[in-house]
Amino acid sequence: MSENKHNDFFVDSGKLSEAALNRKHSLENDPSSRTSIYDYLPTQEKIESDIMDKVISEMNEYDYNSYTDMDVRRALRKETCSVEDFKALLSPAAYPHLSEMAERAKFETSKHFGNTVYIFTPLYIANYCENYCIYCGFNCYNDIARKKLSHDEIEHEMKVIADSGIEEILMLTGESKKMSSIEYIGDACKLASKYFKNVGVEIYPVNVKDYQYLHECGCDYVTVFQETYNAEKYETLHLLGHKRVFPYRFEAQERAILGGMRGVGFSALLGLSDYHKDAFATALHLYYLQRKYPYVEYSLSCPRLRPIINNEKINPLDVSESVLCQILCAYRIFLPYVGITVSSRETKRFRNGIVKIAATKVSAGVSTGIGDHEAKYTHTEEKDTGDEQFEIADTRSFNDMYGDLSGEGMQPVLNDYLYVG
Amino acid sequence: MEENKDTFKLGDKEFTSRFILGSGKYSMNLIKAAVENGGAQIVTLSVRRANTKEHENILDYVPEGVTILPNTSGARNAKEAVRIARMARELGCGNFVKIEIMGDTKYLFPDNNETIKATEELAKEGFVVLPYMFPDLYAARALKEAGAAAVMPLAAPIGSNKGLAAKQFIQVLIDEMDIPVIVDAGIGKPSQACEAMEMGATAVMANTAVATAEDIPMMAGAFKSAIEAGRKAHLAGLGRVLERGASASDPLTGFLRD
Amino acid sequence: MVKINGNVENVDGQKLTDYLDNSEYRPGTFVVEINEEIVHKEDYEGVILHDGDTVEIVQFMGGGC
Repeated sequence: MSENKHNDFFVDSGKLSEAALNRKHSLENDPSSRTSIYDYLPTQEKIESDIMDKVISEMNEYDYNSYTDMDVRRALRKETCSVEDFKALLSPAAYPHLSEMAERAKFETSKHFGNTVYIFTPLYIANYCENYCIYCGFNCYNDIARKKLSHDEIEHEMKVIADSGIEEILMLTGESKKMSSIEYIGDACKLASKYFKNVGVEIYPVNVKDYQYLHECGCDYVTVFQETYNAEKYETLHLLGHKRVFPYRFEAQERAILGGMRGVGFSALLGLSDYHKDAFATALHLYYLQRKYPYVEYSLSCPRLRPIINNEKINPLDVSESVLCQILCAYRIFLPYVGITVSSRETKRFRNGIVKIAATKVSAGVSTGIGDHEAKYTHTEEKDTGDEQFEIADTRSFNDMYGDLSGEGMQPVLNDYLYVG
Repeated sequence: MEENKDTFKLGDKEFTSRFILGSGKYSMNLIKAAVENGGAQIVTLSVRRANTKEHENILDYVPEGVTILPNTSGARNAKEAVRIARMARELGCGNFVKIEIMGDTKYLFPDNNETIKATEELAKEGFVVLPYMFPDLYAARALKEAGAAAVMPLAAPIGSNKGLAAKQFIQVLIDEMDIPVIVDAGIGKPSQACEAMEMGATAVMANTAVATAEDIPMMAGAFKSAIEAGRKAHLAGLGRVLERGASASDPLTGFLRD
Repeated sequence: MVKINGNVENVDGQKLTDYLDNSEYRPGTFVVEINEEIVHKEDYEGVILHDGDTVEIVQFMGGGC
C-alpha cells in the first residue's frame, strides 16, 4: 500500500501562456472561478429519471464502518446477495474474508460465464480534450503531443488490429466535440463495423439522438466512467469543460439505452475518492438501471489511478490490489450476470489471477496513445503519433494473451455476438 | 426492526397482518372465527348472483375493519373481469379487487395476458388491483407497469395444496419486483406458508387449506403463527447454506501483491 | 320477456323498484346490472324493465383460492 495520503495533481507546463497559467491557477485555487457542476449546458439534454437521486442518497447513507464480521458471514451464506449484503461485502469487515469472497465470486462467475474470458482492444483515435480533469493525461493543460487520426489512419490501425485476430473493439477519444465530432466518431464506427464484430465507444457523453446516430453507424456499446460519485470531490477534480456537469454524465448510460444501445458500461476511477462509497454507487447505478431496463447488457470496469505523462507520481492511494480484488468479488457476488472488465492498467500477474475469480473481459494489444498500433505490434519506430492517456502495466499482445489464458485453463472468446440493429 | 412497525401497504391502506384469508368452501358461521383466529385483515369474497331465498349475507360474518378483497372469479377474459370488478365496487366495500381470469377449465391457470389488460383498465378506473398470476417475470413487470398494487403469483395449481411448486420463479419475483409479492393458491399447510414468508414474500393467501381442515378456526390460527414465524425468520436474515464443495487448498487470492 | 339472473321472467314494462320490492332481495346487499350497465341505487327510480333486457342482480359470497 502506498505511503502517500493524497496525490499531487497540479503540474504547470512551461509552454502555457501567462494568461492560460493564470486561468489554470485560478481554477485550481479559487472555487468561485468554477461553474456549478449541477448546471446543464444549453446543449445538454435533461431526461426524466430518479436514478441519480436514489444512488446518491443511498451512497451518502452507506456507513461502511457499521458492518460486522457477522454481516459479512451472513452475506456470504445467502443465495441471493441483497443491497444490504453487498454493503457488508464492500466494508472493511469483509477484508479478512477475501479468500471466501473469491471462492464465492468464482462460483458465481462460472455459473454465468463458465471459464470464458473475452478479449478486446481499445483504439484511441484522438486525444484532443477540452476538459481540465486534473488526474488525466489528456487534460487540456497537459503538455502532450496531440493527434486526431484521419479516416485512412483509422482504417490502417483497424487493419493492423484486426489482422492480429481481435474481433471486438472499443474506440476512445479525448473529450472534444470540436476536434472529434459525432460525425467523425460515427464514421469511425462505420469503419469499425467493417473490421470487427462488436463495436463500442468510450467518448464524451452525448444526447439521445447522437447515441441513436452512433448506433445506426454500427456501435452497440457505450462506456462512460463517472470517475467519482462524490459530487463534492468531483467538483474539485473536473475543473473545466462539459465534463464538469455531474448529472449529465451520470445519466449518460440511460441516454445511451434510450438511443438504442445494446449495452452500457460503468465505472468509478478508484483512488480518486473514498473507494467504498464509489464502488457501492457504481454497482447501485448499474443495479437500478438494470431494474428499469432489464433487456440491456451491463458491464463494470474497475480502473485504478495510474501515472500520466508529466506526472509520474499519480497512484491509486489506498486501493491496493487486495482492495481491488475485494471490490471485484463484491461486484461479482452482488451482480453475478454483469461483465467485468479489467484493463491493462493492472499487471499481467493480477489479470491472470482475477480472470479466474471475477473478471470476464480483458484487453490485449493495448496502446493508449494515438496511431501507434503498427509500431507497437511490429516493434518498429513510432512516427507522428499522439501521446498516451496513462501508462499501462500489462503490455501483452493479443497472441500472448490468448496463449496465456488458454494455458491457465480459461477459454478465450473473441466474440459471441450478433449485431441486429 | 420493531415488530409493530413491520407493515405493508396496498393502495393507501396499511396492514400489519400478512395473512390473507379466502372465504370460499366453508360455512358462513365459521368465517368470523377463522378471521379472528387467523388475525387476517384482508378477506377475499366472490361476486355471485343474489339469492332471494336466503337473507343471510356474508358481510354479516366478516368482522368490522377487515378489508374486503373481491375477486373476479368466473371471468374468462379481461372484459368479464372488468365487469365483475365494477359490480363489486358498486357493492360499496371499497375499491380493492383481486383479478382472477381463467381461460382453461382443466388446469384453472390464470391467463397472464388477459390479466394485464384487465389490470390496466381497472387501475385507470381507480381500483387497487391485485392480480392473481402465473409467476412470470415479464408478466409481473407488465402488471406493475399497468398499475398493479401487488402481484399474486400462484405457488401451485389452485386447490392442489401442493405448496411452493413454483418456488424458484416466485423467488425471482420477490427479488426483482418493487411491489408486494403475495403468494397465492396451492398453499396446503402452514409450513409452506412459513417457507414463502422466509423467502421474502410480502404476504400469503390461503383458503382451501383452512376450509378443508377438521377445525377451521384452529387451522386459521396455525397459519397465522406460521406466517408470523416465516416473516420473522426473513427479517432476522435467514441464510441458506450453499453447497459448493471443499475450500481450495491453494487460495485463489495467492496472486495478490500489495 | 326479461332474463333475470339466467331465468326468463314475464315482467315487461314493470318498474325496477317494483320488481325488487316483490322479489325478496335483502336491501343494501346487491347490485343491479341491466344489459351489462350497472344501475346505481339513486337511479333505480324511473328504470323500466323492457322486453329483451338481461338483468344481473349480484351480491358477495364466499370465495378464495
